[in-house]
Amino acid sequence: MSLAHRIIPCLDTDGERVVKGVNFVNLRDAGDPAALAARYNIEGADELVVLDIAASRDHRPTFLETIRRVAAELAIPLTAGGGVANVDDGRAILRAGADKLTVNTAAIRHPELLTALAAEFGSQAVVLAIDAKRVGDHWEAFVRGGSVATGIDAVEWARKGVACGAGEILITSMDKDGTRSGFDCPLTAAISRAVTVPVIASGGADTPETFLEVFKEGRADAALAASIFHDSIHGLGDLKRYLGEHGVSVRQTS
Amino acid sequence: MNIALIEYGAGNLPSVERALARLGVASQRASTPEGLESCDALILPGVGHFGALMRSLAERKLIDPIRNAVSRGVPLMGICLGLQAMFATSDEAPGDVGLNLFPQNVSALPPTDRLPHMGWNQLRRVRPSRLLEGVPQDAYFYFAHSYAALDAGEAAVALCDHSASFVAVLEKGNVFATQFHPEKSGPVGAAVLSNFVKQASKSQDGKQ
Repeated sequence: MSLAHRIIPCLDTDGERVVKGVNFVNLRDAGDPAALAARYNIEGADELVVLDIAASRDHRPTFLETIRRVAAELAIPLTAGGGVANVDDGRAILRAGADKLTVNTAAIRHPELLTALAAEFGSQAVVLAIDAKRVGDHWEAFVRGGSVATGIDAVEWARKGVACGAGEILITSMDKDGTRSGFDCPLTAAISRAVTVPVIASGGADTPETFLEVFKEGRADAALAASIFHDSIHGLGDLKRYLGEHGVSVRQTS
Repeated sequence: MNIALIEYGAGNLPSVERALARLGVASQRASTPEGLESCDALILPGVGHFGALMRSLAERKLIDPIRNAVSRGVPLMGICLGLQAMFATSDEAPGDVGLNLFPQNVSALPPTDRLPHMGWNQLRRVRPSRLLEGVPQDAYFYFAHSYAALDAGEAAVALCDHSASFVAVLEKGNVFATQFHPEKSGPVGAAVLSNFVKQASKSQDGKQ
């Protein structure tokens, strides 16, 4: 008996429609986040992440409506984020039906935002998202969708973020994201060793073997992926069976 | 039957509402002492902070009405922080008093494993359980918490092990609670909620 490793499909949206990896099969409306959410809920996803990658202020009401529509389809936990800049943004996301929120750019600028969010909603609802890229012998945190370097060491930032109140780390490898060449196990393991909270690995998902690697070598507690699920390259059921057969504790669903 | 979700600002109230609706069970929200009095069964959802929850209940003057409903035999189900609120005290808010339906303390989980205890875990059943009737022994439930009741005497019917052995399902007479979130635990979570509704219906039939 032990805590299961989680498999988490991620929906990258423009606030309203899924915008990355949209070659879905067997879906009448392929870009509709609620339709995909309904599918993953049945197929055995352990959690769902929905992100507003545009994160524009004007689109905020549209994204909140998207969260409501997605949450209505789910009997599993939902994490949502994109552009969370203050406690009110966080409250709006949780009120719309998310169980956890992610915060990224604003937290690097104002780490005390993590403390304020944790005080208001509890650490278990605050996920610190870090976009990291290898620079020389370490990894650096980037913000604004990975477009702006911060000069901050990603592992140090993870440690500090947890001290400030983050209850979970979502670590995305910018070197691996979109490559389908496997997760960044050294980065994930470095983060995982540095913090005491659960770590979600993101970027580079491909074959079932890549998930096995990130759980074993990368010491990840959860693994996130988008297109390989959207494109039905790997079914969630088959992936979990594979992991189970290779000694990873997962929640098997029929 | 009239099932009320106790409304005091908890974030997960709509998900519990939707989970009940999926079972074909209508519920209403109760946020006043009068609202609680007319109910056949109560659900106390909860996420967040023990002290904040107790203060919200106190501001709405709901503490005595909840305790009175339990004394009258009204079935009550607590979820996550709703379970913790049933205890006397919590490490999370020293000095604050809970609903005190159980005399024990809610403890901070020791940092042996990663905290928060976040994700899907299995249960260890230690006594017959009405909430878990028909639920497979190896079923996984969704947890998200850093505090837990380590002891609830005979009321503890199922435990979970993460950092410490703690109470995952609690049942005593008309009082039920889960540390996990049944509304977020897929089909097995729905079965737990359905079992609570069945218990509540039985208790109502008994009265008529």
